Amino acid sequence: MKNILENIETQYFKFDKLVLESGKELKDVTIAYETYGKMNENKSNAVLIVHAFSGDANAAGFHKGASKPGWWDNMIGPGKAFDTDKYFVICSNILAGCSGSTGPASINPSTGKPYALDFPVVTVADMVAGQKKLVDHLGIKKLLSVAGGSMGGMQVLQWAVSYPEALCSAIPIATTMKHSPQQIAFNEVARQSIMADVKWNNGNYYDTKQSPDSGLAIARMIGHITYMSDTSMEEKFSRKRKENNAPSGFASDFEVEGYLRYRGDSFVKRFDANSYLYITKAMDLFDVSGKNFVKTAKNKDTNFLVISFQSDWLYPSYQSEDIVKQLKLKGYNATYIEIKSTYGHDAFLLEVEDETKLVKHFLEKVYKEAENG
Amino acid sequence: MGEVISNTPLEYRKIAANIEKNSKVLDLGCGDGDLMHYLMQTKNVNAQGIEISEDAIYSCVEKGLTVFHSDIEGGMDAYPEKSFDYVIMHNSLQQVQKIDYVIEECFRLGKKVIIGFPNFAYIWARKDLLLGHSPVTKTLPYEWYNTPNLRFLSVKDFEKFCKEKKYKILNKFFFSGGKEIKLFPNLFAQTAVFVISK
Repeated sequence: MKNILENIETQYFKFDKLVLESGKELKDVTIAYETYGKMNENKSNAVLIVHAFSGDANAAGFHKGASKPGWWDNMIGPGKAFDTDKYFVICSNILAGCSGSTGPASINPSTGKPYALDFPVVTVADMVAGQKKLVDHLGIKKLLSVAGGSMGGMQVLQWAVSYPEALCSAIPIATTMKHSPQQIAFNEVARQSIMADVKWNNGNYYDTKQSPDSGLAIARMIGHITYMSDTSMEEKFSRKRKENNAPSGFASDFEVEGYLRYRGDSFVKRFDANSYLYITKAMDLFDVSGKNFVKTAKNKDTNFLVISFQSDWLYPSYQSEDIVKQLKLKGYNATYIEIKSTYGHDAFLLEVEDETKLVKHFLEKVYKEAENG
Repeated sequence: MGEVISNTPLEYRKIAANIEKNSKVLDLGCGDGDLMHYLMQTKNVNAQGIEISEDAIYSCVEKGLTVFHSDIEGGMDAYPEKSFDYVIMHNSLQQVQKIDYVIEECFRLGKKVIIGFPNFAYIWARKDLLLGHSPVTKTLPYEWYNTPNLRFLSVKDFEKFCKEKKYKILNKFFFSGGKEIKLFPNLFAQTAVFVISK
């Protein structure tokens, strides 16, 4: 039992306002976050974990009475890759999300009603600006590392762009400097499926006791297709049919259909459709390529560990290679690895053994360098 | 640490002797990163590697090294001009497709280039050829059907190549069975290391 994080509780950091990239002000902001492990005396052992599109603050450990641990529990904990015996690990829920942080379902202080589409456009840079406030609030001047996969990786890159002086290292995983038209296209189909649901009602569904569940479920189904690979779907489902199932009109005959429906249905119970719109838009607008990229390194700047996966066609390896090439051109120390995996984009949550080997040693090196000045 | 250093191959020690302290080094085809690691320990170099094998990348990261998972040709264009003092290709040149291009790229990135390769004209390799089959030696351990080597060159071949390309040979070392070879290297050396510049 010793290496399990128990009785984890989400905490809430509140502040009066955040000036957004658009110039607008977001008032009465809440950021949900969790921490694991202990901060050392000089606050030099803090690692920020940033989550993917639909993640939340519960990255590791069990909430009281919960049957499932946090979404990256196999990477965070005592003796694990992000070793909570050594490091103070923080994970915060993103702005515009729906798991405790301020988002479109939150109450708009100027109307007393949920924001819905009055919620301002929030960018990845705004999300990271919120995280920076949290890190400042915790009294941390410099993070040992910031790490995350997929959209989490975008936040990692944004941290390196916005606050390079506040980072010893960065670990962007299965991510990109900017969405390709293909990635934008998938997001747009997902958004359209939500907005085509009559129950979406232009975003005003919070008081109507009905929400655009079928639109949101379809959006999630599309997402799940892009997270897997041809090979992983073949291995998981092949053309297997559901039990006792003779072909019957358009019911779900195949296991893959049942899986997608199940995923879609369980997603709507925990996710807000408007958050889906806002967050996917933030991902599509994200672009730290070209002149927006990190500044040229001075001495002893951020170390990077960039990881991609061979079968990930949603965030293909060439996008990670581009990140590394840009970093090298700017004079950064960047290690890059493409891990052989058949899991597709999901690999960043599943290839735990390989990622552990990399992250563990990389952090040890960075920590040693940071401690020795 | 002492043990690591005493077990170090002579070739590594000779290469280290040709590298200035605190310099910047790029190791193309760095494998498990042993040479880079040794140079960091003994010469305090700032080293980076390029390596194609995924397994080797884990070993490099374990040693705290910075390494880029790529083939040599694809990995070099990421660096700005003259980023390094030395570019090393130790036992990887013979596996490169476009030798001319890669060596020119080495000179774009670094001031000096250090190249080590197995000598195909080694006496026991010649014996194999005389007996009518492809050489298999300690430094050329592969059979014809499974060798990763694309190029089969000798000490003489490389010297001729440098002359044609007008590369200056600043230093050269030859080895066989863990010892340095001084006489008739094209006949007796299993491995050659050249330090060249433009």
